Amino acid sequence: MASDKIQIFTDGNFDQTVVKSDKPVLVDFWAEWCGPCRRLAPTVDALATDYDGKVTVGKLNVDENPGTAGRFSIRGIPTILIFKAGEIVESVVGLADKDQLKLLIDKHV
Amino acid sequence: MSPHRNVTIIGSGPAGLTAALYAARANLKPLLIEGIEAGGQLMLTTMVENFPGFRDGIMGPELMADMRAQAERFGTEIIQGNVAKADLSRRPFRLDMGDSATYTETLIIATGASARLLGLPSERALLGHGVSTCATCDGFFFKGKPIAVVGGGDSALEEAIFLTKFASKVTLVHRRDTLRASKIMQDKAFANPKIEFAWNSEVEDVRDISKGVVTAIVLRDARDGTITEVPVEGVFVAIGHTPNTSLFAHQLEMDVNGYLVTAQGTKTNIPGVFACGDVQDHVYRQAITAAGSGCMAAIDAERFLEHVPTDLESTVVN
Repeated sequence: MASDKIQIFTDGNFDQTVVKSDKPVLVDFWAEWCGPCRRLAPTVDALATDYDGKVTVGKLNVDENPGTAGRFSIRGIPTILIFKAGEIVESVVGLADKDQLKLLIDKHV
Repeated sequence: MSPHRNVTIIGSGPAGLTAALYAARANLKPLLIEGIEAGGQLMLTTMVENFPGFRDGIMGPELMADMRAQAERFGTEIIQGNVAKADLSRRPFRLDMGDSATYTETLIIATGASARLLGLPSERALLGHGVSTCATCDGFFFKGKPIAVVGGGDSALEEAIFLTKFASKVTLVHRRDTLRASKIMQDKAFANPKIEFAWNSEVEDVRDISKGVVTAIVLRDARDGTITEVPVEGVFVAIGHTPNTSLFAHQLEMDVNGYLVTAQGTKTNIPGVFACGDVQDHVYRQAITAAGSGCMAAIDAERFLEHVPTDLESTVVN
């Protein structure tokens, strides 16, 4: 069950919702056919609830949004990027657990 | 009062889920802690054609979802999470996960093995930027592009064949002049016009860290040291696995490669701790053998509990 706090990022809204955001933003690059991405999804959902109001947490489907995936040279998923003031401040490739991700987020809030 | 369990299983591949199924059906109310790579290695595969009972094959992730549902149906409690610390010095054993601890009378270790990397600094730096250990996850990013697969076993060939669906050309890099993969996989690979072989080749380097993406793989001929550079945009590493046993260092007996040593079925050197699946098997490493040993571990744990007087209700745990 996806959290209702989680944002859906697209090629169309990425600049407005991520790059120009005044809060830190966590972006989960994923696709339907990626097994590990599906396993990471509940963790990202939980983070969206935990950091509600402090950090924007959302997902970007690389299948449907190849422009953004290409722009950040995403060549493997799942990849998590954390943006602050439009810059990438953290990048995690592959699976990670909630505690690891929280440590990274907490450096920027 | 912390929860106190009869049986706790760490790992959620075929070994862990089969152990959970048998322990649940023995009314032991097992707890299964999934781990980060939930579902195990089969989550990274496509069609599994050698699991008996599925005559037309089954997708790896689908098989794992079914095994999980079957274990849950009989009362396994499955939690997402990762054990950070295990204290096996006395029973009940203590498992720490983030901010909670679990105590358990018996422990079944099914933590499996994870993909091994070559160990080059450039490989680690470019992981996710052209270097990958998961063809099914990342093949999509290499449509119409040349790539390399490193390795000579069944997994390497399966990845190479799968990747020909996307890539313009797949160079299979192997350090010997023969493959150790099964005959059926070799036949498929040799028949595939998109796969080329770089025999007797060791990976010297992956370029190009300064650009932040893979542009080429540098190979060294194992016989005469000749260096060649093959332009590729992706490098898929499939050179085997490392057992996930660091949690149990200095507590459980391991062989020189870190695999848990088991005897008389699935017993480790600590009574009440059992191991099954790839974490204790570097020989067979199949879904079906992992499942079989998971069944054995659950039966071993059940027999252990029958012969050790425990009163779970009245045990006081801090």
